[in-house]
Amino acid sequence: MADDSLDQMIMAGTALLGIPVQPEWMPSIRANLEVSLKLGHLVDEFTLPDEAEPAPVYTP
Amino acid sequence: MSATARIEATLARIAARNPVLNAFTAITAERARTHAAALDASLAAGRVALPLEGMPFAVKNLIDIAGLPTLAGSKINRDRPPATRDATLITRLEAAGAVLVGALNMGEYAYDFTGENVHDGASRNPHDHNRMSGGSSGGSGSAVGGDLVPLALGSDTNGSIRVPSSFCGTFGLKPTYGRLSRAGSFPFVASLDHLGPFARNVTDLAAAYDAMQGPDDGDAACTDRASELVSHELGRGITGLKIGVLGGYFREGATAEVLATVAHVAQALGATQTLDLPEAARARAAAYVITCTEGAALHLDRLRTRGGDFDPAVRDRLIAGALVPASLVAKAQNFRRWYHDQVLRVFDGVDLLLAPATPCTAPLLGQTELDLGGKKVPLRANIGIYTQPISFIGLPVVAVPVTLPGAALPLAVQIIAAPWREDLALRVAAYLEAAGVARAPEPRWP
Repeated sequence: MADDSLDQMIMAGTALLGIPVQPEWMPSIRANLEVSLKLGHLVDEFTLPDEAEPAPVYTP
Repeated sequence: MSATARIEATLARIAARNPVLNAFTAITAERARTHAAALDASLAAGRVALPLEGMPFAVKNLIDIAGLPTLAGSKINRDRPPATRDATLITRLEAAGAVLVGALNMGEYAYDFTGENVHDGASRNPHDHNRMSGGSSGGSGSAVGGDLVPLALGSDTNGSIRVPSSFCGTFGLKPTYGRLSRAGSFPFVASLDHLGPFARNVTDLAAAYDAMQGPDDGDAACTDRASELVSHELGRGITGLKIGVLGGYFREGATAEVLATVAHVAQALGATQTLDLPEAARARAAAYVITCTEGAALHLDRLRTRGGDFDPAVRDRLIAGALVPASLVAKAQNFRRWYHDQVLRVFDGVDLLLAPATPCTAPLLGQTELDLGGKKVPLRANIGIYTQPISFIGLPVVAVPVTLPGAALPLAVQIIAAPWREDLALRVAAYLEAAGVARAPEPRWP
């Protein structure tokens, strides 16, 4: 994802969540988000059946 | 030696060495003296000696100690009221005769593999004071590796017991997820958090583990299984155990010294079969996604109101985690179930697996990049590449310290068992220790 798009995502997302962000924090947040999304993509591209259950199971 | 004499000797050693190692953030000297005196008095009155009689221990400062605020390595938590009671594991260790002597330094909110801390300063490696202790239980590794205490508790979400064990040269046990109660500890990632012991030998490690087992209503993840004691099993040897060595992902990026250390242990155990865990890289990725998002959710209010009071390196990872789409987290949890089932099939053919704990020996303090197979990568995000795919599905692991002839620094090898088979991993660790292969090295001290 381009830096501009990530920056827009950070600004919109943190505003929505009410997290104040100082301008000097942006490069580090962006670098971390790039890593998280890259690893998230690695998970996303692995095909599982629709019936796959998540690991934690709620027990009432 | 009386408990009082042992505690006085321990307090003196802490006073001498902690100014250099910075492993402790609080020393509970008066509590320890009072407890030791009570132990000595009741023993003199005819009480039977306890399994951990008079053994000094300390705990990572995310574990509640009555009368102290539970810092979890942060500045923000210093505003919390003091804990009103001890964590379950402290209570259980003390019931077995151990004596608490203090709280230990750690990476902020346990989101760390370095042992560095911007608020308290770094805990230092006992074998080279310019190097990292590892994280996030850095103070635990430094205190046990530096022989300040024979026993410490830490937590392990992605490798935070096994990484400091590797860098500081200690034995460490990350038990099966849910085996030991986390009640009275500050969380990080509820679905991945474990507590466990560090020690300088397998006998102490197993004795502490035995003392801490058992159900606890205070931790929703704690198992209802009865205690399965292991101390009396340690001398059974390895005859009949099938032990494999993890290849593929678990060799990629490792230094030659790391690979030689695993080979040395494999040879001592007669382990010749190499196995792969399916999709281990993706497992590590899924653990990373769950960690950054659950961690962000835990700290969301503090990110809103106290952003400037975090360690910037931790804060910026957590803010990034808060922005990861929920759909990716759900997929990571689905993948986790699939991976768990695949790995359990591997254990149909072997009892135990060997893997490195870290891709390198302890880096220098302040280092931010790591050479991983010739590629420069961010250090904090990559120290745990070999530990994350294991804790991701809660497998029990004993980290055993090994220092190859001529090597300056120790490394740990992970002995990985199927769920609830800590007994097998501890037996193998005891065998390696008895054979002189695994040993907590003496700390460097003038």
